[in-house]
Amino acid sequence: MIHSSQGGTSLLEVDGLSVDYGLKGVSSRAIDSVSFALRAGEAVGLVGESGSGKTTTAMAIAGLLSPNARVSGGQVRYRGNRLPIDDDAAMRPHRWSETSVVFQGAMNALNPVHRIIKQIAEPCMLKLGMSRGEATARARELLEFVGIPTDRGSAYPHELSGGMRQRVMIAMALACRPSIIIGDEPTTALDVITQAQILKLLGELRSQLNLALILITHDLSVVAESCDRVMIMYAGRIVEDGSVAEIFAQPKHPYTRLLIESIPNPASGKKMIRPIPGDPPNLVNRPLGCAFHPRCPSAMAVCATEVPSLDKLGRGRVACHLHRSSQDKVAVHA
Amino acid sequence: MNGGRTGRHIGSILIRAIITLLMVVVLNFVLFRVIPGDPAALLLGGARTSVTAEQMEAQRQNWGLDRPLFPDQVVHYLSATLQGDLGYSFKFRGQRVADLILERLPATIVLVGLAQFIAILSGVMLGLYAGWRRGGAVDHIATGASLALYSTPSFWLGMLLVVIFSTSLGWLPGYGAYSPGTITGSLDSLLDYLRHLALPVTAVALGLIGQYVVVARAAMSDVVTEDYMVTARAKGLTNGQMLMRHAFRNAMLPVVTLIALNLGYVVAGAITVEAVFAWPGIGGLTVEALNARDYPVLQGIFLLLGASIVVANLIADLAYGLLDPRVRQ
Repeated sequence: MIHSSQGGTSLLEVDGLSVDYGLKGVSSRAIDSVSFALRAGEAVGLVGESGSGKTTTAMAIAGLLSPNARVSGGQVRYRGNRLPIDDDAAMRPHRWSETSVVFQGAMNALNPVHRIIKQIAEPCMLKLGMSRGEATARARELLEFVGIPTDRGSAYPHELSGGMRQRVMIAMALACRPSIIIGDEPTTALDVITQAQILKLLGELRSQLNLALILITHDLSVVAESCDRVMIMYAGRIVEDGSVAEIFAQPKHPYTRLLIESIPNPASGKKMIRPIPGDPPNLVNRPLGCAFHPRCPSAMAVCATEVPSLDKLGRGRVACHLHRSSQDKVAVHA
Repeated sequence: MNGGRTGRHIGSILIRAIITLLMVVVLNFVLFRVIPGDPAALLLGGARTSVTAEQMEAQRQNWGLDRPLFPDQVVHYLSATLQGDLGYSFKFRGQRVADLILERLPATIVLVGLAQFIAILSGVMLGLYAGWRRGGAVDHIATGASLALYSTPSFWLGMLLVVIFSTSLGWLPGYGAYSPGTITGSLDSLLDYLRHLALPVTAVALGLIGQYVVVARAAMSDVVTEDYMVTARAKGLTNGQMLMRHAFRNAMLPVVTLIALNLGYVVAGAITVEAVFAWPGIGGLTVEALNARDYPVLQGIFLLLGASIVVANLIADLAYGLLDPRVRQ
């Protein structure tokens, strides 16, 4: 079942995707039946705490699952064609030309021994078949495009600031004219001002190039600033999906509500931030029923036994028995 | 990128090397002055022979040993050393130490140089491959064998080779550099030399390969987990492109340091292996000089060893700067 928000043709469809990681015979499910669709030019935030499956979801889309990961169900379609995400070699031609990734902390994501211009030009040569000269010219354009003076192209990564390196990473991500960019915590290691600049740059690129953006973060304020839509993940599942405006104004899932309440807000005069009680779930030995129920303030008996499905609610989707039961009630009364 | 900065980097490396070299020379002087034993007595045939006090005094005056260590003897030593005068051997009467060393140097350079070349080529390639395919069959075999070789003394390997290939099978000579009566300069003599070289080179190379495999493997297995390798994969590079364009140069950084440092030992010789095979190199000379308490020769060899290690470090620093832009500043 594909949910496509507000109609329009989908650029990317993730359909019932499940990925397991095998560790010495013990298998743990990193993501479980994840389904969503992405339209061209749409910006979606993928939010969740560590281990919620947001990175695995993104890496699966980019065809970058690690060798110990196994796709145990579902599929990913790009413009209607199924991607061979579990076949490293077959996935190669799709990488970077359809979906590219802006990695976290671009210090280590850039090769320390090569000049940045060379690293940006590399995919142009190898994937677009450009000559060295053409690729270098394109790399210069890209540098200019992301706001780096072209004479800095001969610099090595360690000679640039964190923000500059992130810009280089973005320039590199644009090299093969992809239609989707995945930002894997692209602003995490940066100071607030640089963070804002990078988010602004991503937003500008998105509107100029009609890029779809999947922003992975645990920081809801980043999503509020730069996304149209947000998907909240918990223990490998999407628990809520909706427009940024609606979710911030009226969160439906208790986890989403607690996440929003835990954002420090200096304007509100609250002195303390309110953390979510309890620990993130153990993925090898996950709780029965709804994975969030041991930490949920609104938990009911059914939550401990039955996994709530991700159902349409209003213009979004939510996976919570609180809302299921109200729907059922409606159905019973009708 | 930045010529001035790189120039300053090379300049500071050179200055450091020169200072170290001077310290090596001074330390070498001090070391042989604190060793117990009277050079004059040694020259006259050891303490036990009956030598008159006048004869001893005459020897001391003759060699300048009656003058104070500082500054007279140090200054004399330094100026002589800088002019390439390393003194005279006790054992080989009247022979200049510098000549003795120069005479033995080619045999050692051939032996250890060739062994290093073989060990670097095979060890580094094997190690890089094992690290790239960590956990694979090649990795298990290469790592196990390297650790065994690394921990085996090379003279023992040498003796084993002699027993197998020389004594038992009789395939290769296990002693010296030439068969007796060979006329030097002919093609036959070259082949004879190479046959003599085979076993000692194998012994030294086997001892070194393990070290290269271990270091290259560790470097490569660090590199493959780096974030920039994920980036390379995300860019759609093939495994070969990832290896050659992104992993190789980064993995070579520690390896190049090891190679450069090991090159310092090329002139020092492989003392134990040369002794096993009676190879007429610096290592053999060291053993002879030790047995004869030939301090001037030992002092010369120590100086050569110290200087070559300093030069090797210099090369390592320069090579590292060439490969890794991060150290150039």
